[in-house]
Amino acid sequence: MLVKICIGSACHLKGSYDIINYLKEKIAQEHLEDQIILKASFCLGKCSEAVSVQIDDHPVTSVSPETVEHFFNTVIKESLIQ
Amino acid sequence: MRKFENYVQLVKYEVLREVSKSALRGTLTKDLPRIPNIIDPGPEPRSRCCIYHERAITAERITMALGGDPSNSNIIEVLETACDQCPINRYKITEACRGCIAHRCIDSCPKDAISIVGQRAVIDYSKCIECGRCKDACPYNAISDLMRPCKRACPVNALTIDHNKKAVIDNDKCIQCGACVSMCPFGAIQDKSYIVDTIQLMKKEATYAIIAPAFASQFSYASLGQVVAGIKALGFKDVIEVALGADLVAEHEASEFVERMATDNLMTSSCCPAFFQFIEKNYPTLKEARSTTLSPMFATAKLIKSIDPEAHIVFIGPCIAKKTEKQLYDKENLIQYVLTFEELTALLDAAEIDLENLSPAPLNNASYYGRIFARSGGLTEGLTTLIEKEDVTFNPIVCDGIDACDKALRIASVNRQTFNFIEGMACKGGCTKGPVSLHHAPTTTKLIDAYGELALEKKPEDSLRVFEKKSLSLHREHL
Repeated sequence: MLVKICIGSACHLKGSYDIINYLKEKIAQEHLEDQIILKASFCLGKCSEAVSVQIDDHPVTSVSPETVEHFFNTVIKESLIQ
Repeated sequence: MRKFENYVQLVKYEVLREVSKSALRGTLTKDLPRIPNIIDPGPEPRSRCCIYHERAITAERITMALGGDPSNSNIIEVLETACDQCPINRYKITEACRGCIAHRCIDSCPKDAISIVGQRAVIDYSKCIECGRCKDACPYNAISDLMRPCKRACPVNALTIDHNKKAVIDNDKCIQCGACVSMCPFGAIQDKSYIVDTIQLMKKEATYAIIAPAFASQFSYASLGQVVAGIKALGFKDVIEVALGADLVAEHEASEFVERMATDNLMTSSCCPAFFQFIEKNYPTLKEARSTTLSPMFATAKLIKSIDPEAHIVFIGPCIAKKTEKQLYDKENLIQYVLTFEELTALLDAAEIDLENLSPAPLNNASYYGRIFARSGGLTEGLTTLIEKEDVTFNPIVCDGIDACDKALRIASVNRQTFNFIEGMACKGGCTKGPVSLHHAPTTTKLIDAYGELALEKKPEDSLRVFEKKSLSLHREHL
């Protein structure tokens, strides 16, 4: 599974670097390196809803440093099961 | 409202704008013959002897806007029809000559080229060697030095005058600093443009604009965010700061310095392509001292390509030498085209993008130190904070302008230096004062610092913390 996180300016200002670091740690903690590839990306075209995150070619979703834990536990894990 | 510093900028801009309009519409081939008449409608000329001469010059500028003469490898060309107003003789006796009886001019002339005719000094140009002693000797300051502005501006003596009184550039000597381009009062020396290629690329491919930190001092009539929004409105996929590449360069160059000082006693910066070439052509013995770190332009492009391998990238900056850097050193084809701020302005207007009415878009990935690369001393400040932590003495000399660079290099060439690092920038003040900058006012340095202060992160290591730097090779392949 490929998780792309936008590091464009709008997303960076809203904390995309923190989200990347959080997810990196989580992936390492739960030994999911083989299943999840985390990748930075430039503009995903949804600057007004930063931070933009895209799983594979699903629609772009909006995640914030506050909601990233929930996002990991629900959306990412559910996608993994599928 | 947009203001141009001078009329030369304006006429260059008008041509780029009209050519871009046609290229955007896709009617360039059809429109080309009409463009001189659109720009110079006549019947009265605006600046030259007649409307036909003006249109001929405009036609030459159009050729430059389309990429210039392909048989001339130099990115800078002399426009023959535009170069015809400079006097051929350097010294001239002016009205101020009183016909005095001391005749210091005559006595000072080593070639007996001056005589008194009808109570006025007269120079015999067949004898004159242009040494300038008569000028210094005259107590009335009556002898004026009319050295051609291009020749005076050229730091490497690459300009000569041919038998038709036209300026000629010696491509072997030229370092593409662009001083002649910005100093010619007739706009008769110009840089080749890739504006049409850029428009055509953007129509086909997702293209990133990477923008040099000097942009912070360019657009007095719009906010930085509006400029970013304007570039996106042109159709670029994203706008990335070259200052982010400067962060990479600062880190890489700092560790290169620490490594090299184990065996070497001098390293020079490599981000200014004119300085880089200046060493190559004038101090070949110091070639090896040049840092092997890529320039911020290439580093930024590498970073983007590591994230999006399909990326097409256009650099926008204040610099003509960057066009040469792309031409000579881009073996990996990291950058597709180099544009200037002059060209960006023309492109924005051609697309009828009104910056003042756009809502600003953010631009904030690079650190404070990456952003201040755009002014003299910026690189050195960044390196100082990075090298401080190491057990190596960092003894930099900041060379602001090519004359200062020349002085430091001359000392280094005889191994008499007290410094171990040269920061060299060809343009006095740094990139913000580049030859194709839109503004050269004294305030530009402050604007760069203010742009630096706006950065979310202070240091390169913070702005780069999410990138996989290990996989990025930032060494110049071409050395």
